[in-house]
Amino acid sequence: MASTAITAGAEPVFHLEEEHAHAEGGSTMLGFWLYLMSDCLIFAMLFAAYGVLGGNYAAGPAPKDLFDLGLVAVNTTMLLLSSITYGFAMLTMDKGRVAATQGWLAVTMLFGLAFLSIELYEFAHLIHEGATPQRSAFLSSFFTLVGTHGLHVTFGIVWMVTLMVQVARHGLIEANRRRLMCLSMFWHFLDVVWIGVFTFVYLMGMLR
Amino acid sequence: MSAHDHAGHDHAHGGAAHGSLKGYLTGFFLSVILTAIPFWMVMTGAVDNKQATAIIIMAFAAVQIVVHMVFFLHMNPASEGGWSMLALIFTVILVVIVLSGSLWVMYHLNANMMPGLHEMREMP
Repeated sequence: MASTAITAGAEPVFHLEEEHAHAEGGSTMLGFWLYLMSDCLIFAMLFAAYGVLGGNYAAGPAPKDLFDLGLVAVNTTMLLLSSITYGFAMLTMDKGRVAATQGWLAVTMLFGLAFLSIELYEFAHLIHEGATPQRSAFLSSFFTLVGTHGLHVTFGIVWMVTLMVQVARHGLIEANRRRLMCLSMFWHFLDVVWIGVFTFVYLMGMLR
Repeated sequence: MSAHDHAGHDHAHGGAAHGSLKGYLTGFFLSVILTAIPFWMVMTGAVDNKQATAIIIMAFAAVQIVVHMVFFLHMNPASEGGWSMLALIFTVILVVIVLSGSLWVMYHLNANMMPGLHEMREMP
């Protein structure tokens, strides 16, 4: 450690001299990535719980009796389309075109809402048939896993609306670009989790 | 701090890679194909063997996750000076331990703790 010499008339220096300045928000991307990784662990726990409990039907309905793969395919398409439209929003953001960015964000939000509506319709249908979370360990873990993902999508949409208002008020300033990039990572991450959900829960469930 | 570290840092600051239109479209078309094939396999029962189908759709999911990571999340070993990749590798290791460990332990617990008919009859 360099010793701190205080000489008359000079400000004392308490940091290492080679320490360089950090731009504001320079570490946000890495920090947000670390958050996503911790979120990934939450989903890993829920997947593990579903993997362990997914076969305990308690003489209730099994995946084959409940799931409609056509509906899940439509749902997957919605989320995939919302991923590519968010990508277009990022590309127009790079070019600084505010209106186009807002447009693509709105399209992304509509696809996200379509995804949520289909999922809620599916849940309502299941509960109407008596396949409630209380019915069996399989259904408890199913609703927890898929519901947590749906909750993430809901908050992603809330975040998207917030950012659209921010961009409308302040334009594509540096801070808004950073926020949009964080949401981009969040949104694409949710799509990655959905790959796990439709493969392990829906497709493998139908094979059982 | 070495000059090399500075270079990596500057890269992270100066506009992270957002990908290109070509990158996004490539990722999208790959994802569509990698999603459609598993759905088609399960919905039509194209492969008779369920075990084989399960292994194939899991392989498709693994490939699709990598496609999303590369084309949509723009993961590469150089981003953020390598720290994102390090965090990702650490997370993947934890996820593998959690998933395989849970399934393995609970499977054996079920197999060993379930009293069979024979043992039940000998119980007082």
